Amino acid sequence: MILDYLNYWAVAMLMMIGLYITMTQGNLVKKLIGLNLFQTSVFIFYISVAKVSGGTAPIATELSDLYSNPLPHVLILTAIVVGISTLALALSLVAQIKAKYDSIEEDEIRQQDSE
Amino acid sequence: MSLFLDFSLLLMLIIIAFAIARTRDLFAAVMFSGIYGLLSASFFILSDAVDVAFTEAAVGAGIFPILMLVVLSFVGRYERSERRLKPVPLLIALGCGAVLFVAFQQMPAFGSPDGPSHQHVGPRYIEESPSEIGIPNMVTSVLASYRGFDTLGEVVVIFTAAIGVFALLLGATGWSGHYLPLKPSSMSSHKILRIVGKMLIPLILLFGLYVQFHGEYGPGGGFQAGVIFAAGIILYTMLFGMQRAQRVIPLQALRLLTALGVLIYGSVGIVSILSGGNFLDYSALLPDDIAGQHVGIILIELGVGITVAASMTLIFFAFTLASISAGESDK
Repeated sequence: MILDYLNYWAVAMLMMIGLYITMTQGNLVKKLIGLNLFQTSVFIFYISVAKVSGGTAPIATELSDLYSNPLPHVLILTAIVVGISTLALALSLVAQIKAKYDSIEEDEIRQQDSE
Repeated sequence: MSLFLDFSLLLMLIIIAFAIARTRDLFAAVMFSGIYGLLSASFFILSDAVDVAFTEAAVGAGIFPILMLVVLSFVGRYERSERRLKPVPLLIALGCGAVLFVAFQQMPAFGSPDGPSHQHVGPRYIEESPSEIGIPNMVTSVLASYRGFDTLGEVVVIFTAAIGVFALLLGATGWSGHYLPLKPSSMSSHKILRIVGKMLIPLILLFGLYVQFHGEYGPGGGFQAGVIFAAGIILYTMLFGMQRAQRVIPLQALRLLTALGVLIYGSVGIVSILSGGNFLDYSALLPDDIAGQHVGIILIELGVGITVAASMTLIFFAFTLASISAGESDK
C-alpha cells in the first residue's frame, strides 16, 4: 500500500533537495543549510524505522507493553548534538574564509585563488 | 488521525525545504530552517521519539538559527549568485532519489513490528533494561549504560568541536583573554524584551535542571538539558550584552567546564575498572548492581550535561566575540 512507504518517500524527497542545494548553490552558508537539510532527512529516516504501530514512547509504564525501538532514538539523539557542534566548526571556517577572501561565494573564492 | 498528522508534517517539511532552495535571502533561509527544526521535532513526538524531539526542538529551532544569524551578521545577508536550474547536479540528486525509492520498496512497511531493526538488540533493551538497569526510560538506559562507550565518543566529539571553533575564531586573532566590548547590547533599549527575558531565563534554567535530573524517569538527559541550559545563557547574553554575560560566566570558566564534563565521564569509567568491572560498567561501582547503575548514569549524564552546555555557550561566545572584533576592525 502507498501509505506504508509515504514516510520513506518524503525522506528521499528531503534528501534530494538537501543534496541539490549543497551541490549547486555557491554561497557557503547556503551550502551548510542544505547539508543540514540532508542530515535531518537521515534523522527522519531513522525515527521512521524505529516506529512500531500502536507502540508508545520507550519509557516503561504499566499502561503499555508495546514500545517503539529505543536504539535508533539513542543514535539520533546524540547525532543531533554532534551535528550542531560540527556545523559550528564549519561555520567558523566560513568566518575565516570571509576574513581572508572577503567573500563566501564559491566562484569568487576560486577566481581569487587562480589569480 | 496520527497518520494524517504525520503526513501533513512531512508535507510541510518538504514545502519548507523547497522554499529554502528557492530563496536568495539567507536570513529567510535561516528562519525557514528554524521552522523546519520545530516541525521535525513535532514529527519526532508523533513517532514516539520524545527524547529526540526534545533535542531537536532545542537545537534545530534554538541554537542552529542563533549561530547562523551571528555568522550572517558578518558574512552578509544576500547571496550573490544567480539562481538557475543546473542539469547535472539535478540529475545526480534525482538519481540518488531514484535509487532510494527502489530500495525503500524492499523495506518493511512503516510501523510494522516485523522489521529487521526490531528483531535483534531492540527487543532485548525493551524487555530487560527496566529490570537490569532499574530505570524506566529505555533511551537513557541504552545511551548511558549499554552504549556508554559510544556516548563517551560523542561527548569527546562535541568537546573537540568546541576547541576547534575557539581556536579558529579567537586563536588566530591574538585575542588576549580580557577583551571587554564597551558597546552595550543592541537589545538594551527593548524594555519589554528585557523584562520578559528576565522572567523567562530562571524558568529556562530551572527546566534545564529538571530535564537533567529527571532524565532517568521521563524524557530528558544530559544532551537535552545541556542544550536547554545553554539556550538560557545565550538568551541572557543577547538581552544584556557580552560584557555582563562575561561577568556571570567568564570564558575561562567555560573552557574549564567543557573539559570537566568529559573528565567526569571518563573518570566514572576508570573508577569502574578500579572497582573490578569493565570500563563504564557501573554495576561494579556499588555492591548493589542496580544502585551502581543509578549512580553511574547520574554521574555520566552530569558530565554530558556540563560538556554540552559549556560547549554550546563557548561556541556562541566565540562567534559573538569574533563578530564584535570584526565589526570594530571595519571601522
